[in-house]
Amino acid sequence: MLERILFNILQVVVVLVFAPLASGALSRLKELVQSKRGPSIFQPYRDLWKLFHKDEIVSEDSSWIFRFAPYVMFVTPIFVTLLIPVLTSYPLFFAFMGDMLGGGFVLALGGFFATLAAVDTANPYGPIGASRTRMVGFLAEPVFMTVFFTVSFVAGSTIPYIVQQKWVTPLANFFAPSHVLLMLAFVMLILAEGGRIPVDNPAGHFELAMIDESKSLEYSGRGLALVKWGGQMKFFVLLCIFLNVLVTPWGLASAQTYRAVLLAIPIVLFKVFCFLLVLVFIESSLAKLRLFRIAEFLGAAFITSVAAMITQVFLP
Amino acid sequence: MSAATKLLLENLNALAAGLFLLTAFGIVAMRQARACLNLFIAQSLLLAASAALLGLRYDSGHLYGVALVNLVSKPIIVPWLLRKTSSAEIYTRREIDQVLNIPTALLIALALAIGAYFVGIPLANAVGPQFRGPNVPIGIAVLLLGAFTLTVRREALSLLIGLLVMENGAFLAGISIARDLGMLVELAIATDGLVIVFIMGVLVRAVEKQIGSTAIGALASLKETAPASGTDEAPR
Repeated sequence: MLERILFNILQVVVVLVFAPLASGALSRLKELVQSKRGPSIFQPYRDLWKLFHKDEIVSEDSSWIFRFAPYVMFVTPIFVTLLIPVLTSYPLFFAFMGDMLGGGFVLALGGFFATLAAVDTANPYGPIGASRTRMVGFLAEPVFMTVFFTVSFVAGSTIPYIVQQKWVTPLANFFAPSHVLLMLAFVMLILAEGGRIPVDNPAGHFELAMIDESKSLEYSGRGLALVKWGGQMKFFVLLCIFLNVLVTPWGLASAQTYRAVLLAIPIVLFKVFCFLLVLVFIESSLAKLRLFRIAEFLGAAFITSVAAMITQVFLP
Repeated sequence: MSAATKLLLENLNALAAGLFLLTAFGIVAMRQARACLNLFIAQSLLLAASAALLGLRYDSGHLYGVALVNLVSKPIIVPWLLRKTSSAEIYTRREIDQVLNIPTALLIALALAIGAYFVGIPLANAVGPQFRGPNVPIGIAVLLLGAFTLTVRREALSLLIGLLVMENGAFLAGISIARDLGMLVELAIATDGLVIVFIMGVLVRAVEKQIGSTAIGALASLKETAPASGTDEAPR
């Protein structure tokens, strides 16, 4: 029992520590593709360190929501980490508290507070970005729902620990149409929710074109650090759900020993790295969509997820 | 053949069918004629893959023949014929006309695909146990999607592709229903398709020669006073 709690906490620590590394590695890889020199992959850590040591400025016209929101955005990915398989293939201490749907709702809570905080300060750019994020969010919502419904339809459960075994036993199930189409739809979701390139340009600094970034324009110092770190963790958690539950459930610790769990960390990081390569390929070969084309992009994701469901129904 | 290999082949066939359905949705939604054609090529390749996988699974030489005929005729000869008969202008144009906007068209297409379930499942049950895959319902769904493409597109080339998509859908359902369809029939269907493409291509060319465009949606307003394009008319 004590071990399971410790492993659960270790899982959170892994997400806390390696989430900035993943986003650093992603931007470094992109810069390599673009033949730029670019900062090192440890730059996000330095940024966070610097921001934590800076003064924080809060507009006196803002309410408590503005001060409260960074903590919500920081804590929600941690809550989700408690529920999902990051390192182990067996449920840990807190895993009983929610399934994949629950995790989705907890993540959505963070997004909700981010929107409220962006509107709170009356900075003209914040609400633009917030409403755009909401637009992307509500277009992504049906895709999320259909993906989860299809998963629960196929696996008979929405508990990630049960779902992850379903697609690989026997191995031929990996090629089931519902599985492959779901993976496609989920990649599109990750691109949309993570603010990656066909939907949003994370490297852009032009306020009018921002979607995800402009929510944090008013934050400084510690608040900004928490918002950034929370965003990186959210992305890392999405990758973990995608890789450990839907795509490659191999390499997770199946024994309740410290050795097995510690060994799972480099394997998971390797999987994340491999997926980052795919992501860099996608981001480097596509251009950012115009705002009203995002509906079509997420419409395509929705069609893909529904096609996954339909083919599953069509199977005898 | 071991049970695991059988399952793998069945799953791969189902995957080919699922992606086949996805390409049909893509053809409904794509803006460029070029992208429509590319998706059609991908769809034909998936059809050939499905036939080959079913042939491997049920050890049927005829299905290999079907796969080969499809591999040669649709992805290679059809685009070649189209390029020969119609002008390059169609492929370079980015936006092509559509009656509905794309999200609406996609939602209706989705409803059609779900509706195909109610038609397809009784048919699949009638086929018998030995050839039960997702091929029949997905084939019917793609047939409906092709017909839908025919109704919403207002561009001659996309209409032709919609027709070919219908044929592809019927083929996908056919290869799972009739295991030993005579080779002659397969060849006849394949040449039939090519003849259709040829005739339509010549027709498109004739239409283009007459009215200077292949956007046949504009034909509705082809009167002596109205301008042919219809988009840039301003009240005078």
